[in-house]
Amino acid sequence: METSKRDAILKILHQNGRLSTETIATMVGESTEAVKQAIKEMEDERIILRYSATINWERVKTERVTAVIDVKVTPQREVGFDAIAERVYRFAEVKSVTLMSGAFDLQVVVEGDDIREIARFVSERLSTIEHVISTTTHFLLKTYKSDGVIFDDNEHDRRLVVTP
Amino acid sequence: MSGISERLSKTVRGLPPSGIRRFFDLANQMQDVISLGVGEPDFVTPWHVREASVYALERGYTSYTANSGMLELRREISRYLQKFDLDYDPETEILVTVGGSEAIDLALRTLLEPGDEVLIPEPTYVSYKPCTVLAGGVPIDVPTVGKDDFRLTVNNLVPRIGHRTKALIMSFPNNPTGAVMGEDDVRGIAKLANERDFFVVSDEIYAELSYAGRHHSIAAQPGMKERTVLISGFSKAYAMTGWRVGYVAGPRDVMQELLKIHQYTILCAPIMGQMAALEALQNGAAERDRMVESYNQRRRLIVGGLRRIGLECHEPNGAFYAFPSIQATGLNSEEFAEGLLKEGRVAVVPGRVFGGSGEGYIRASYATSVEQIERALERIDRFVNARMLQRV
Repeated sequence: METSKRDAILKILHQNGRLSTETIATMVGESTEAVKQAIKEMEDERIILRYSATINWERVKTERVTAVIDVKVTPQREVGFDAIAERVYRFAEVKSVTLMSGAFDLQVVVEGDDIREIARFVSERLSTIEHVISTTTHFLLKTYKSDGVIFDDNEHDRRLVVTP
Repeated sequence: MSGISERLSKTVRGLPPSGIRRFFDLANQMQDVISLGVGEPDFVTPWHVREASVYALERGYTSYTANSGMLELRREISRYLQKFDLDYDPETEILVTVGGSEAIDLALRTLLEPGDEVLIPEPTYVSYKPCTVLAGGVPIDVPTVGKDDFRLTVNNLVPRIGHRTKALIMSFPNNPTGAVMGEDDVRGIAKLANERDFFVVSDEIYAELSYAGRHHSIAAQPGMKERTVLISGFSKAYAMTGWRVGYVAGPRDVMQELLKIHQYTILCAPIMGQMAALEALQNGAAERDRMVESYNQRRRLIVGGLRRIGLECHEPNGAFYAFPSIQATGLNSEEFAEGLLKEGRVAVVPGRVFGGSGEGYIRASYATSVEQIERALERIDRFVNARMLQRV
């Protein structure tokens, strides 16, 4: 399948992972078989990693706390940042790790039951990793938009039911 | 005052009430209706356009503009039109209007003498005939048919041209049929217009919403700029219906006269809308193309779905409407639309509203979410199947 069609399938799935293969096939103008095949390939190539839902956890009664931590490290010979990144992302409480340009190196997102748990993670686990120079921890207070989705969107359909 | 009604303009009283209005009233009273009846994008105007307009207001842009519209905007329009091989001078050949609607009225009032005939391909957008009548003209129906994919052909036109024929209103991509004209189609009509010496009012408001190759403007054909009044705007391509900004482009001689009507009746299009339109043209291409791609996906979904249900549906290669035939159900378009609304809770527009040639068809807009389209298709399927079973 041509790249533009594969891209279109990815964009549709990213928007709504629950659409049926038949629907997606019709939308991109391919046969169901071809789309099934393309999705399988992209799963095998680890382009599609999983199908998940975007959830506004603030609407659910949970007391979870999320922190974004800026981490400065000294890169290592031959492996650069990768080896340190791995030592960080292997922790279960770490939700994401990204190498950044700018004032710090790794951006680490951590989730915990309360502030103390995260504080303990930073002081006992993260800061003690060899080559980690410094950390700055920011706690998330409210999410307005994530991954392209506005959480409390009040722009509903205001159009009239029938117009010329 | 007694007998008020009889003392009002005969012409206005003679205009038929809009057929869409009745359906609006019906649908509006009902709960849980999925609407495929809307003639506008389901997107809200892109944020960067709204933001630019708010900023303009904050800076105090609240005055009149030049009658023809802000020169900066006309320059952008001129630049934009080059993508369709069109060349219009922003100073003398472009006028910014209050939506494409005003442009239609201006064009007809400028071109027509009382009794002049205007060729109007059917099914037709609801405004062309009334605007023709109000301008003193006589609408002449030119039927287009499903077997031609509702394209306008020279063969359809020729028998309807007479010595009073002044103009042809072309509107492709078409509302309600979704039909588009290929380059050969447009060339044929252009040749005829030159031979038989009539004007063309070309409403190209849906030009960006073309899904089978690029849009071909008749004004780009040899000898046609001189006899074409081109109408377009921002409503459909940039999801800006409520802003009411459109434009008209044409040869200088026509524009000079057309400007007078605009001057005396409108003065100028609202400056907020013009500022928004400027932003849309300068920075809106990416968002626009993203919206067009999204319509295209939903177009395939609805056309595929309607065909699976067993309704014959030509390939609508433009705008955001499918125009399936409902003749297999044995119902006329009003019965079908009313039945589907009451029993199936889906609002569509009966083809009859768009003129006699629309009978036997319905207009289903796919400018709504994928989920809504799928749910609507299930409901249509149930409704159509029940009809078909009754017929057996």
